[in-house]
Amino acid sequence: MYDFDYHKPSSVADAVKLLSADPDARAISGGQTLLPALKHRLNRPTYLVDLSGIAELRGVKREGDKITVGAMTRHIEVQNSPEVKSAIPALAYMATVIGDIQVRNRGTMGGSVANNDPAADYPSAVLGLGATVVTDKRRIAADDYFQGMFTTALEPGELLVAIEFPIPEKAGYAKMRNPASRYVMAGVFVAKTKDGVRVVVNGAGPGVFRQTDMEQALSANWSPDAVAGIKQASEGLNSDIHGSAEYRAHLVSVMAKRAVTDAG
Amino acid sequence: MPDHPTGSDTLPLSLTVNGEARQLRVAPWTTLLDLLREDLGLIGTKKGCDHGQCGSCTVLLDGKRANACLVLAVVKEGSNVTTIEGLAGPGGALHPMQAAFVEHDAFQCGYCTPGQICSAVALVEEGRARTPDEIREHMSGNICRCGAYPNIVAAIEQVLAENAR
Repeated sequence: MYDFDYHKPSSVADAVKLLSADPDARAISGGQTLLPALKHRLNRPTYLVDLSGIAELRGVKREGDKITVGAMTRHIEVQNSPEVKSAIPALAYMATVIGDIQVRNRGTMGGSVANNDPAADYPSAVLGLGATVVTDKRRIAADDYFQGMFTTALEPGELLVAIEFPIPEKAGYAKMRNPASRYVMAGVFVAKTKDGVRVVVNGAGPGVFRQTDMEQALSANWSPDAVAGIKQASEGLNSDIHGSAEYRAHLVSVMAKRAVTDAG
Repeated sequence: MPDHPTGSDTLPLSLTVNGEARQLRVAPWTTLLDLLREDLGLIGTKKGCDHGQCGSCTVLLDGKRANACLVLAVVKEGSNVTTIEGLAGPGGALHPMQAAFVEHDAFQCGYCTPGQICSAVALVEEGRARTPDEIREHMSGNICRCGAYPNIVAAIEQVLAENAR
């Protein structure tokens, strides 16, 4: 790692002030992605702004027909949250298949969603549930938030504060894990909401995307068989030593079927 | 805002390590792993990949398992850290998990073993894993290059069974 300085503010306002003051400052939440990046010297922050001392960024709340998850809520807390388990079991399940327990004890939802790694899990739930990303400045609809590999609508100095998930009628998630890294090879999140059906693919392409053919099929007939025969085009999907684009395209149909089965 | 810091900048840090209160000074970029090994001489915690993939640096942070390589020491001000050196009882009596690893020969080279044992101690504490499949899933953050997995699972099964009695 290069050297850097360190600040630990206790409020969102102070954190934003620090992050806005220097374009080379970086926020650190769980550090499970940032620290490896710093060790590879991919990043040279002047200082880190540690978000772990900001109480208002923590915790899960149920208010009416939505669940709000604070940005600093750790994966293990999402996995164990009685509110999430009862209202959106697919989201609690998703947390149980992120990385391993060491990672889940440290990593945060805000960190994952702000980073938008193509192989991350949470972005598919955020887009699949039509969630709202809340920052210190504004509210961003999930459809506008994800902008491709490691790219989001967040502006420099803007801090992701919470994510609001509308509670769906049904939702399910299925993921094919790389057996060594446990990163997603292809995952599908399906949700039946009052605004319609959403099917979102993660891990297979450079970013999360909606699978509209499957959305139409499930709108007409919510059943695993409705999506099993729908082929995902392989153009534009990821191809690497772990699997070809064609393999990932095939996985999308299989995972979609499993996700609908999981949703019930 | 401060100028870019120099290598001499350190911050105060209070930690309880294996039951002992420590007042330290660390550079902000020091990982908990490097602090334990380089500054405190606790070399039982091993550096494998240094990127959070292998689990050989697993320690207990306020009772929860974490990869010490992916935690900046300054972030954990006031925390309680337990390493492999802190598991044994008074007089050096082996922790039941250490004894089970010995009994089941749950290692070959031993490099991943401190992390495996710390992780397994937390697994028992968490109380989520019961079956061999669940144990394997909940130990997935700890890789063993020698492939001692069947023996590791057997050792953990034994401790779970002892605790259930």
